[in-house]
Amino acid sequence: MTKRVGIEISQAIGEAVKLANIDVVASYPITPQTHIVEHIAELVADGELDAAYIAVESEHSAMSACLGASAVGARAFTASAGQGLELMHEVLYVASSMRLPVVMAVTNRALSSPLSVWGDHSDAMAVRDTGWIQIFTENGQEVVDNVLCAFRIGEDQRVLLPVMIHLDGFHLSHMIEPIYMPEQSEVDKFIPPYQHPLPLNPDKPITMGAFGPPFIYSETKKAQEVNLTAAKEVILQCWKEFASIFKRYYHPVETYHSEGAKVLLLTMGSFSETAMIAIDTMRKEGKNVGLVKLRLWRPFPFYEIRQAVSHAEVLIVLDRALSFGGPAGPVCSEIKAALYNEDKKPKIISFVGGLGGRDITPDGFGEIIDRGIEISRTGSQQEFEMYGVRG
Amino acid sequence: MDKNAISVPRVVPRKIKEKYAVQSPRLVTTDEFLAPGHRACIGCGEALAVRLACKALGANVIIVTATGCIEIISSQLPWTSWRVPWIHTLFENTAAVASGIEAGLKTMIRKGKRPDKDVKIAVMAGDGGTSDIGIQALSGALERGHDFLYLCFDNEAYMNTGIQRSSATPFGASTTTAPAGKKSIGQTTWKKNMPAIAAAHDIPYVATACPSYPFDLMDKVAKGIATKGPAYIHILSVCPTGWRSATDLTIRIGSLAVETGIFPLYEIEDGKYKLSIDFPKLRPVNDYLKLQGRFRHLAEETLNEIQHRVEEEYAKLMAKVALTKGLNE
Ligand SMILES: Cc1ncc(C[n+]2csc(CCOP(=O)(O)OP(=O)(O)O)c2C)c(N)n1
Ligand code: SF4
Repeated sequence: MTKRVGIEISQAIGEAVKLANIDVVASYPITPQTHIVEHIAELVADGELDAAYIAVESEHSAMSACLGASAVGARAFTASAGQGLELMHEVLYVASSMRLPVVMAVTNRALSSPLSVWGDHSDAMAVRDTGWIQIFTENGQEVVDNVLCAFRIGEDQRVLLPVMIHLDGFHLSHMIEPIYMPEQSEVDKFIPPYQHPLPLNPDKPITMGAFGPPFIYSETKKAQEVNLTAAKEVILQCWKEFASIFKRYYHPVETYHSEGAKVLLLTMGSFSETAMIAIDTMRKEGKNVGLVKLRLWRPFPFYEIRQAVSHAEVLIVLDRALSFGGPAGPVCSEIKAALYNEDKKPKIISFVGGLGGRDITPDGFGEIIDRGIEISRTGSQQEFEMYGVRG
Repeated sequence: MDKNAISVPRVVPRKIKEKYAVQSPRLVTTDEFLAPGHRACIGCGEALAVRLACKALGANVIIVTATGCIEIISSQLPWTSWRVPWIHTLFENTAAVASGIEAGLKTMIRKGKRPDKDVKIAVMAGDGGTSDIGIQALSGALERGHDFLYLCFDNEAYMNTGIQRSSATPFGASTTTAPAGKKSIGQTTWKKNMPAIAAAHDIPYVATACPSYPFDLMDKVAKGIATKGPAYIHILSVCPTGWRSATDLTIRIGSLAVETGIFPLYEIEDGKYKLSIDFPKLRPVNDYLKLQGRFRHLAEETLNEIQHRVEEEYAKLMAKVALTKGLNE
């Protein structure tokens, strides 16, 4: 068993990327992501990681360089957040559509304006439909483990898709936590070498990225959808094997005291850890509440979500992003859609909070749950409520 | 007509004629890497330039193409015109994609993950994809010094989307977003000097070319791809559709662009400027302009203005040639 080391999570990502022995990293600074690429730069500068370090001139170029690297069969990594993720938006679709398994860590950040370097899920929600596999994490260990899994999942010949690992900006990226770093030999066994079936190579010329007229575009998109949905099996297998080696367990949907609970709260990312404290307190007070944590965001785990919540009477969903003028927070909308046709389903209440780095304390989660229960009885004039906001 | 305009019979460029390649056209490969049957318009100078460039690049190359005419004429699922490995992703990011390819190949060879073969990388993009939307990615890649050749096929507008003006559109040309009208001559800005911008990055090789001078073009592409580090070639590509010119005049119009001094052919090798064809006298620019519908509306006054500007720019170029004459010797 390896030792636990106290390390900043951003640096731990650098260490994980080193263990994955990447070939190319494209880097562009943006808070709260920068510590990741800075640490990788140190590793390369010290000769600890043999990789090309491309300090590009924008995030658009960062993702574009990753496309190029991945297309010749190199293992490529980058990291971004907020405005940077938005700037690379159109490139993200190309990575998934062209089946290039780039791995990216996203330290979730609010979107301008007003400018905010602090965390929320606005950036993640804006790239929801880009066709990437997307996994949310709660703490440093989960980040490291899932960055390693990302390479194995994305590069699996049955998948060949890019993977985004989401971690909350500052709340996770800048925390120093005790983390088990796997041994190199274990990682080498766990992540086989990346072998793109048809890389760009003069020995076997292929055309990548031809355009699709109406008679074929829909078929390409259907193939992509089938492929992303089918990737779930591989993700489950990967986590299973990870557990057998490293004894740490990951599931598309995870629960905390949710069995038999009449009222459930659903969260994503690092806020889940605070919410667990709130659940403990409320349980001590005799309240029948539980927590559901959504880890696998894409492909969406319909089955697991239905399994996890259908028995409850009330499901309160906390979103850390707004869908302006929309029906609920973006995560809540999807949960509603996933449950709408079920015979047995809870009442679903939508809250939006924790925007732009605002904390929600354990007491805050208590308030959200209490208010959610109240709304479930009395109804509300609003499609969703914003928690802890003045005015 | 401007009294200063010089009228001379068609000039035979001496330097080019002396080249061995001209006298031995059979030395040019008959291999076609851009297959026939692509969808370019009749008389497309860009398709011709791409075809010639490919002959010079050879088979050991990976081509990165920007969105635009080149991509659209050559790639439609489920077909392809490309006989070399080819990738298109987006409009403005070709230089960045090439950076990743170069870095990926180098690293994989170093780590023993790919056989140690020196695979070349060439970018192909239009003037819009180069001098407007792609200039940032290009500047970044040139500055970082990646080993690749960037070919800008300049048809002087966004042709693929229907002849909209770009920063490479010449003064006085009518385009769909800078149309000539009762109160406008069309384009009111002078063509952005993209080769000078590339050269300002202090890269080892910059050149201009035109498929009307096929051997010169192929020589330069061969030189550019063999250059260690970034190289940039700006290729004037006559577009009958966008220039409103006769489809059988493509080669002639390209020659006239050079003979009038509007598009001089030159190289900048490690900072040293060298004219590829030195004309004793330049032809009047109107010889070139009058064959193209996009300039049809221009009054004499504007023609004179253009003539004056061309002479000025040509003189500046000659000054650079003179200034860097002794360099690297
Ligand atoms: C980000 C983005 N903006 C706009 C377009 C639309 N577009 C596609 S090709 C093109 C024009 C290409 O012009 P140019 O680069 O000059 O090449 P040409 O077609 O003239 O060879 C434009 C505007 C696009 N594909 N992507
Ligand atoms: S529009 Fe012009 S550049 Fe494009 S294919 Fe037609 S002739 Fe060639």
